[in-house]
Amino acid sequence: MTLQRTKSQKVLRFLGNNTVPILFLVICAFGIPLSGYSTNYLVSEVVVRIARNSFLIVSLLIPILAGMGLNFGMTLGAMAGQIGLIFISDWGIVGIPGMLLAMIISTPISIALGLWCGKILNMAKGREMVTSYIIGFFMNGIYQLVVLYGMGSIIPIRSSALVLPRGYGIRNTVNLIGIRKSLDNVLTIKLFGVPIPLVTFAVIALLCIFVLWFKKTKLGQDMRSVGQDMEVARAAGIKVEHTRIVSIVISTVFAGYGMILYLQNIGTLNTYNSHMQIGMFSVAALLVGGATVSKANIRNVFLGVILFHLMFIVSPMAGKNLIGQAQLGEYFRVFVSYGVITISLVLYEVRKKRDRGDAGQLLAAEQGEAE
Amino acid sequence: MNTQNMISSVKSTLKSFGLPRIIIGLFLLLLFILAPFVGVNIGTSLSDTLNRFGMNAVMVLAMVPMIHSGCGLNFGLPLGIIAGLLGGTLSMQFNFTGPSSFMMAILFATPFAVILGWGYGQLLNKVKGGEMMIATYVGFSSVAFMCIMWLLLPYSNPTMVWGYSGSGLRTTISTEGYYLHVLNDFFSIRLTEHLTIPTGMFLFFAVLALIIWAFLHTKTGTAMTAVGSNPVFARASGINVDKIRTLSVVMSTWLGAIGILVYQQSFGFIQLYMGPFYMALPAVSAILIGGASVNKATITNVIVGTFLFQGILTMTPSVMNSMIHTDMSEVIRIVVSNGMILYALTRRTEATR
Repeated sequence: MTLQRTKSQKVLRFLGNNTVPILFLVICAFGIPLSGYSTNYLVSEVVVRIARNSFLIVSLLIPILAGMGLNFGMTLGAMAGQIGLIFISDWGIVGIPGMLLAMIISTPISIALGLWCGKILNMAKGREMVTSYIIGFFMNGIYQLVVLYGMGSIIPIRSSALVLPRGYGIRNTVNLIGIRKSLDNVLTIKLFGVPIPLVTFAVIALLCIFVLWFKKTKLGQDMRSVGQDMEVARAAGIKVEHTRIVSIVISTVFAGYGMILYLQNIGTLNTYNSHMQIGMFSVAALLVGGATVSKANIRNVFLGVILFHLMFIVSPMAGKNLIGQAQLGEYFRVFVSYGVITISLVLYEVRKKRDRGDAGQLLAAEQGEAE
Repeated sequence: MNTQNMISSVKSTLKSFGLPRIIIGLFLLLLFILAPFVGVNIGTSLSDTLNRFGMNAVMVLAMVPMIHSGCGLNFGLPLGIIAGLLGGTLSMQFNFTGPSSFMMAILFATPFAVILGWGYGQLLNKVKGGEMMIATYVGFSSVAFMCIMWLLLPYSNPTMVWGYSGSGLRTTISTEGYYLHVLNDFFSIRLTEHLTIPTGMFLFFAVLALIIWAFLHTKTGTAMTAVGSNPVFARASGINVDKIRTLSVVMSTWLGAIGILVYQQSFGFIQLYMGPFYMALPAVSAILIGGASVNKATITNVIVGTFLFQGILTMTPSVMNSMIHTDMSEVIRIVVSNGMILYALTRRTEATR
């Protein structure tokens, strides 16, 4: 039986469940006219960003299914992807083969990092998010050790365009001219003057189909039950720890591929920054799409990319036109990104409490009926 | 038999002290031993370490109340720092100079710290169990929000605002002529040419630490510890859990505000905009290195941890640089500080409420 609710309660509940997307719709609705950009420009920018970012964001879905919250440890996968890209740039392998090779190189690194990350997260049950967040920082230190000190001295890198003048360590920016837009440009059609990279979208679609299919497999169902209640899942004979590790490994590997896809679109690699930013932006975008810490689906990914990046594109210009300082708009979008994550996390915790309260009400109502 | 007893007692002491702490302690000791051999002046290094200890100790102390009340590690320290920044800039705006500017900065920062801390505490009461992640993002978003505010607030002191536009605060503001070194130079003792002890800063920290120590032994302080160790029991014994938690958050925020002012008076600059962004992490890892866990911390942890952490930060660049002509200190800092936080987060404590 369900609790009878009045209409206003239903409306409030809908608003409460979709606070963040609605907030963003309002921001975009104000921002777009203020920025003065044409519709055509905005649409083509958003299309580019969907192609660029969706893969990375989809990689966050599987740990959420397994009840491990937002995997801030996706930066680990991003690092693995970047290492793959550094190698193929050094070896001079270009185009699609280069990308594929970078993916192949990134896979074992991602798997190793994912296994390690999953093991640590199993030791910190109940606070996976903050732990995975710190793991990202920690691995960033190791990554710097490898890339800034190990590459060129222990790990052979020949290209002088990559290595710092002092003889070892990779430069701050690596030009990925060899694979720049190699996937995007395979097949592009123009729709109302907006270029659409069909192959990239096909790859993203494949990943989405994979995730949908995966949820229906035995492993996917195991993950769902682990996510709902670890103890019940354990009693049902599911290897809880193992399942959780697998979900993190899958996410890390996909994050690595996603990073390669992302960087082939951008065309330059910020060796020491790209991976750190990407985690925050992906998580924020997913949350903007209406996902929560415990529930996310493909629709959230795409709604999130569109709304979040629309805000990102228009806010500097809107800030300039409104107050005369583009800097203001840039600070504003940083504030909004962090603010959104904060609000979503708070709402999630509050909702968790409220649902517990609802369960109590339901019980009370049932008992009242029984008497 | 006797030796066995001794071994087991040594083992248990080591266990209670924690392996990472021993490794870090030995590493620091090794650095100090190596220093003279590679041509690093030990007096200067020690002086730097002491100075940085004084600069950071209050911010590390800011972790204590929240850990005691069970709110976890205060990743939201930037909020307190913002209160301190507001206090410092206001004191400069109203042209207080010398030591009085420091007093006024503390005075101005206090209401902001109390208000922000109260709001932050209310928020954390709503999200029991998920405090640390939310604290992190409260810190981040408040820093980003203040970035907008620093541009817009009507500050007008010419030493603080951008020269060409006459509005909007600069990214770094010198505290020279205001509260630069007011604590450092207070009764500072010059032992040798290179070794100076910043007595004033130590005294200031000692007073604050004493106040916190005394507070934790009052009735309210004991209640705070009770809330931290077992909230259900605390509620059963008639303690208003939410109120005590809010009080601890306000205290942490206020100490964060004072901490940044102490830091600035020694450092010489106020860092605005994205400056406070990552300031929580060093403070968090310092107290953990000192032996605190996610739900237990003492003043000794603060002192030991800050000394070890800042010691490593000061010693690695100089010693490593002279040894292998490579500055790997940044990498070591990242790995040590975050490794320590990871270690603490993965300990099995009853904190998984």
